[in-house]
Amino acid sequence: MELDPFVLSRIQFAANITFHILFPTITIGLGWFLLFFRVRFTQTQDMYWEHAYNFWVKVYALTFALGVVSGITMSFQFGTNWPGFMERTGNIAGPLLGYEVLTAFFLEASFLGIMLFGKQRVSNRTHLISTFLVAFGTSLSAFWILALNSWMHTPAGYEISEGQFFAESWAAIIFNPSFPYRFTHMMLASLLTSAFLVAGVCAYRIRKGVDGPATKMVLKSGIYTAAIVIPLQIIAGDLHGLNTLEHQPAKVAAMEAVWETEQGAGFTLIGLPDEDARETHFAIKIPYAASLILTHDLEGEVKGLNDFEAHPPVAPVFWSFRVMTGVGTLMLLVSWWGAWQLFRRDKLSSLALRSVSLMTFSGWVASVAGWYVTEIGRQPWIVQGLVSTTEVVAQHPSATLAGTLFGYVGLYLALMIAYMKALRIMAVKPAKSLEEDSNPLGTPLVGTAA
Amino acid sequence: MSEALPLFFVSAMGLSLLLYVILDGFDLGVGMLLPFGTDAEKDVMIASIGPFWDANETWIVMGVGVLLIAFPKAHGIILTALYIPVTIMLVGLILRGAAFDFRVKSADHRQPMWNKLFALGSLMASMAQGWMLGAYITGLTGDPVSLAFSVLISLTLPALYIMLGGAWLLIKTEDELFDKAAHWCRLALPPMAFALLLVSIATPLVSQDIADRWFKLPDAIGLLPIPMSCGLAILGMDWMLRRPRVLHAGYGWFIFVALMVICLMAAIGLAYSIYPDIVIGRMTLWDAAAATESLQFIFWGAIVTLPAILGYTLYVHRVFSGKATELSYD
Repeated sequence: MELDPFVLSRIQFAANITFHILFPTITIGLGWFLLFFRVRFTQTQDMYWEHAYNFWVKVYALTFALGVVSGITMSFQFGTNWPGFMERTGNIAGPLLGYEVLTAFFLEASFLGIMLFGKQRVSNRTHLISTFLVAFGTSLSAFWILALNSWMHTPAGYEISEGQFFAESWAAIIFNPSFPYRFTHMMLASLLTSAFLVAGVCAYRIRKGVDGPATKMVLKSGIYTAAIVIPLQIIAGDLHGLNTLEHQPAKVAAMEAVWETEQGAGFTLIGLPDEDARETHFAIKIPYAASLILTHDLEGEVKGLNDFEAHPPVAPVFWSFRVMTGVGTLMLLVSWWGAWQLFRRDKLSSLALRSVSLMTFSGWVASVAGWYVTEIGRQPWIVQGLVSTTEVVAQHPSATLAGTLFGYVGLYLALMIAYMKALRIMAVKPAKSLEEDSNPLGTPLVGTAA
Repeated sequence: MSEALPLFFVSAMGLSLLLYVILDGFDLGVGMLLPFGTDAEKDVMIASIGPFWDANETWIVMGVGVLLIAFPKAHGIILTALYIPVTIMLVGLILRGAAFDFRVKSADHRQPMWNKLFALGSLMASMAQGWMLGAYITGLTGDPVSLAFSVLISLTLPALYIMLGGAWLLIKTEDELFDKAAHWCRLALPPMAFALLLVSIATPLVSQDIADRWFKLPDAIGLLPIPMSCGLAILGMDWMLRRPRVLHAGYGWFIFVALMVICLMAAIGLAYSIYPDIVIGRMTLWDAAAATESLQFIFWGAIVTLPAILGYTLYVHRVFSGKATELSYD
């Protein structure tokens, strides 16, 4: 492949947004978990809820910081790499991003200070409100950015004059056809990601023998949340898929690797899509299933890729979709199994503990794969059917782009490793209750050996 | 209404960037000063900016956000021209934001490394911003003169941030660190004054237009308060920094206020020089403005939220007022 600026800019943007989305996906959900811990403590005065909060707020602080700094990068890259996008759609994209900054960014960033470091300085009520405002701010931020993202998939409420977009109806722009589905799907994804993160880390702590009563309370919160949310997510995902079929049929054709329009189309479970040969090698198919899933009719017609003048690259969309649904299925199995064990015996078997801790980052995998489906699935368009991605790219020299891409990717990899290591260090730290139990006389734990 | 909207937004952008320079300036400055504190002092220095840095950085997102919202045509031109310094700044900001948390959450023996990365990230971001400012006021031409000028500013803008950082520590710390902060401010004052002078000389040289505006009578007389208040602020700081007793008597905040005056005056001066251009010599803010209905939609949001943002920013500063104490999540 020729290293042309377009390809490099796309890889760079993909690298940036992939790295960025990992952290908000956690903080959006984890914020509500933290609020729950604080509310439970306020209600019950049970110190273990406070221990739970104190442990997870540190994870939250670290995750939030990485989300903020990688998010600043995003706001600049629209201009540095995709100037044509704002030049053409600025009248629509600008205000949506503006509302995100004005209503959400400042809110979360400002009250985060009080949430993290202010517990001794403000009343419990003020601290609860601050925690709520941070959780609310992150969700509100998701609302605005997903409104813009959804508009790029299913543009509405605009008119075009001399190549430029003008807003006609803000309600139609914000609540564009795919927005309710995408927003629901992403919020549930965040809840699932954080539920598996908290459950996974707690299971790991129990396996390492560094857990306290708080660990189990959090484990339960995580497993039960996951068990409740995952079926909802599967329904939401299905509805989102049907919505995509209506508005972006080419994306769905790529997801299913349907090369030719057919009635009673089979669902390809797995196979190797080959875009040159326009067929899927080694395909294992369930007859009629694609028609049934997509049209709710065995003989329903599924549009094939041959029907579209331009369609997205098939293999990455096909594979990402299978990764997402595969991990989703695992999430369903593990969370229901875990919930059943907790319900029956109030604890997890060692195999279940191991499985849950292996699933710690499953939310990341599923979310990123899901984003690849929807974003690669929109190509070759940046605004579906209206603006192609090649039209809006900045013409930087390839060498410059290769250099910055190399720098970003290296930095992100290093930070990912550091993040995982830091999480591990926090995870293996003995629970606060253990320190107190093993130290009943209050003698200092450090320095006694010397 | 439609004529006034771009003016409102250019003011909002100016205000955001001014607040950014003052607010993130002090925490970038503290970051650059970090290597010069002892281990215990490092913790205090970090604690002094802990609850604020995140919100401080949001002001640059706001600044670039307004550029994007209100002046989408200029947004692309400016940011593509500044591709390399913007990348360096972003890498710097990422490094320091990450290091801020990693220094206390990674393995203990890694703390010195994260401290260094925190300082390095702060320095990178500050120098890159100097480069961006230099390139912007020389018209984004990329010619050798502009490049040389950008390098000069990138070497001297960090001095302003270091002053802000030192002044912040005068407000937030005590004892030995306080004395050190005063010392750092004394060292950073001359290069900062030099940077200010450079920018003031360069802008009129860039275009005859700007020169005419500044050196034409009687306007020049009306403009005198700008250089005069800057000069007074510098002299006042110099006077006070030589008198530790005055500083210790509780007047450390004066340095910060004097720096705020300088930043404000510099912003007014810059605005006066380039108005009504948004890309100097190429594009006015009217040419670059977004459609009126889009500006109206965000205008009402800004009118409601901006006062609220300023209000709760003040509230957070009040909650954490006084000398910095150890950062604790408990």
